Amino acid sequence: MGFLSNRHLLGLAETPKEDMEMILQHASSFREVLDRPIKKVPTLQGKTIVNLFFEDSTRTRISFELAQKRLSADTVNFSAGSSSLKKGESFKDTAQNIEAMKIDCIVMRHPVPGAHIHLINYVNSVVVNAGDGTHEHPTQGLLDMMSLLEVKGKLDGLKVAIIGDITHSRVARSNIHGLVKMGVQVMLCGPPNLMPVNIEELGVTVNYDVDEVLEWADAVNVLRIQRERQGVSYVPSVREYRDLFGITRERVERLNKQITIMHPGPMNRGVEIDSDVADSENAIILDQVLNGVAIRMAVLYLLLGDQPEES
Amino acid sequence: MKGKALPKQFLIKNGDIIDPVKGERFIGSVLINSGRIEKVGKRISANGATVYDAGGKVVTHGFCDVHVHFREPGREDKETLATGAEAAIAGGFTQVCAMPNTEPPLDSPESIRFIVEKAADLPIKIHPIGAISVGQQGKELTELGAMAQEGAVAFSDDGIPVMDSGVMRRVLEYAGPLGMPVINHAEDQTLKLDGQMHEGSWSTRLGLVGIPDVSESIMVNRDLELASMTGGRLHVPHVSSAKSVEWIRGAKAGGLDITAEVTPHHLFFTDEDLHSFDTNYKVAPPIRTENDRQVLMTAVKDGTIDCIATDHAPHTVEEKEAPFDWAPCGMIGLESAFGAVWKVLSGLGMNLGEVIHCFTINPRLVMDFEEDLFSAGTEAELTILDPDEEWTFTKEHIHSKSRNTPFAGESLKGRIKATITGGKIFEL
Repeated sequence: MGFLSNRHLLGLAETPKEDMEMILQHASSFREVLDRPIKKVPTLQGKTIVNLFFEDSTRTRISFELAQKRLSADTVNFSAGSSSLKKGESFKDTAQNIEAMKIDCIVMRHPVPGAHIHLINYVNSVVVNAGDGTHEHPTQGLLDMMSLLEVKGKLDGLKVAIIGDITHSRVARSNIHGLVKMGVQVMLCGPPNLMPVNIEELGVTVNYDVDEVLEWADAVNVLRIQRERQGVSYVPSVREYRDLFGITRERVERLNKQITIMHPGPMNRGVEIDSDVADSENAIILDQVLNGVAIRMAVLYLLLGDQPEES
Repeated sequence: MKGKALPKQFLIKNGDIIDPVKGERFIGSVLINSGRIEKVGKRISANGATVYDAGGKVVTHGFCDVHVHFREPGREDKETLATGAEAAIAGGFTQVCAMPNTEPPLDSPESIRFIVEKAADLPIKIHPIGAISVGQQGKELTELGAMAQEGAVAFSDDGIPVMDSGVMRRVLEYAGPLGMPVINHAEDQTLKLDGQMHEGSWSTRLGLVGIPDVSESIMVNRDLELASMTGGRLHVPHVSSAKSVEWIRGAKAGGLDITAEVTPHHLFFTDEDLHSFDTNYKVAPPIRTENDRQVLMTAVKDGTIDCIATDHAPHTVEEKEAPFDWAPCGMIGLESAFGAVWKVLSGLGMNLGEVIHCFTINPRLVMDFEEDLFSAGTEAELTILDPDEEWTFTKEHIHSKSRNTPFAGESLKGRIKATITGGKIFEL
C-alpha cells in the first residue's frame, strides 16, 4: 500500500525529490477533477481518515476534508484546543483510542514541533502532518510548489523569496526544504530578530533589504506577521513593519517587472501585504487555496491508494 | 536490590587498587573489619576473613554525586530516597547530594531534618541541599544557618535560576562564613523564555524554540563576579557550554576559589541527537553542540571542571511521552554515569585514575566531605568496577523508579561490579 518511499508524510525535510515530483504530477491530474461538474472519484472508497486538529485551523481543515470527500473516503473530524489536551487525556491515549475504532489514516495538526514523530510511535495508521507547531507544514510547501509550477512552468532555477517571521513559520521551513530540493534559489527576508540562527545551512540566503529582495525574486511568498508571540515583542509597530518589510503597492509598482505574489493565509491586509497587491493580477493566492485541495488529494491517494490511478 | 551484610572480617584481594588521595595505583588488598577500613595495602593476610577475589577489577573509593533529584517529598511516584539509593548503588555511588526542588521544596530546617532522618537507615549517605530562597521564589532568603545545622551541605534553588543578582549576592555573602557552597542553576530566563533545546542549526531545523548558550554563560559570569566580590563559595552546576567554560577557566586562573561540575549527558550527546524529538534528551541546561562537548571534555581533563555530577532527574513515562514542548526537563543518570563518562574521556586520553578523581575525591572536596575513604577506621565505602567491559546499557539496568534516559541502547565502557556501603556489599 502506498506509492511513496515513506509510509507517512511528516515533513519535506525527509521527503525525497522523486516523491515530491510524483505528488505534484498526481496533483495536477486531481486538479482537473476539481474542474469537472461532478468533482468526485471513488479512489479511496472504504478508507477512513480522521482529521485530528489540536490547534485552530479553518482553511487547512476544510481543504483536507474536501480532498477526502472528493476521493470518497469516510472522514471524521476531531478538534480540541491545545489547552484542554494539555490538561486532560494524554496525547497518546487520544490517538490510540481513535485508532482503536479501526481507521486508516490520521491527518493531524498539533501546536508542538515533532508531535507527528511521537504519533507514529503510538499508532499504526498512516500519518499526514497538517502542521506541527513551528516545524513543518508539508502539504502547504507542496501546494506552494504546485502553484509556482503552474505560473512559471518549471521550478529549477527559479528565484523565490520568503518574507516575514521565519523563526515561527512552519510554512517557511517546508517551503525551504521542498524548494531547495527542486533546484529553486531561495532568499529569506524579515525582521532580523525573527530570522533563525544558521538558517543559511538549509541552502538559502538572507537579505534584510526588502526592495533588493523584490528586485531579485521571480516570486515572493509573504508570511503572516504577528507583533507579539507569547508576550514577547519582536516587531516594534505595524507601521514600522509595513515600512521595512511590507509588500506595498508602491514597492511592487516600482519594480520594472512582473512578480508573482503568494501568501499562505490568513492575510493581514495592510500589514505584511497591501490589498492592492493581494488582489492584483500577479497574486496567485486563491490558486494556492484551490491547489491545496488537489495536493491533499494526491498525498492521500499516494499514501492510501491500493492501485495506480487511471486519470 | 539486595545487599549482603559484610562479614566481620572481609578481605578484598588481588584488586587493582586506585587511591585517589595518595595518587597511587597498585595490585593489593583492602581489609574491612566490622564495616570499617582496617588496612589498604599490597599484601594483607587475615586469617579467618571472608575473601572477595577482585582479580582484574579496580577497587576504589565509593563515588560521590553532588547533584541528584530524589523527588521526596512530594513526587514519590517518580523516585523516593530508597529507590534513588538503589540507583546510586547500581552506579557505584555511596554518597549523593539531593537537590531541594521537591514538593514542598526543602526550604526550612524542618524539611532538611526530614531528609536526614528518612535517609538515616538507607545504605548510602544522602545529603540534603537546602533552598536558597523561600519556596524557590528567588526573593526571600531561607534560614540558611539553621538548615546548615540540621545537615544541609549546600544551598541551591536548583531548577530555578536566581535571576535577582541582589539575592545571589546576599546568599553568597551569608553562606560564605558558614563554609557552604552556593549552587545556582545558571540560565538567564529572559534569554531562555520557553526554550526547548540549544539554539543552533538543529533548533532552526526542528522548529523548537532555542536556548542560546549565552543564557548560561552570562549568568555564570555574573555569579563568578559576585563570588569574587563576596568571597562566597560558588559551585557551578551542569556546565553545558564552551563559553561558560572560558569564564570558569579565567576565574580559576585568577585564583578564585570556585568549583564546577559537568553531567555525563553533556559529555556524551549533542543537539543533533534531538532530531528524533525524543523527549528523553530534553534537559536543562540543554545538550549543546559537538564543539561545546569537546570543550567540556577538555575542561574535565585540564581541571577547569572539577567533577562529574549526574543531575539524575526522574520523570514518569507519561510525562515524558508528552509532545516535546510539554515534557519536563531531565533524565536519570546514576546507573549509566561511569560507563558513559569513562567511554568518552578514555577516548580523549585521560587515564582511569584521573577520571576516578572526578567521581570520588573531587566531588567530596566540593562539598567539604571526608575525602580519604581508605584511611583506617573509616566506614567502608568502596566501588569495585571493571574498566574494560564494553556493554550496552538497557532499561534492564535501571534501578531508579523512573526510566527516562536516552542512554538506553548506548554502548558504554566500564561497568560497576560491586558497591560496598552501609555495612553491605551489593554485587551487580
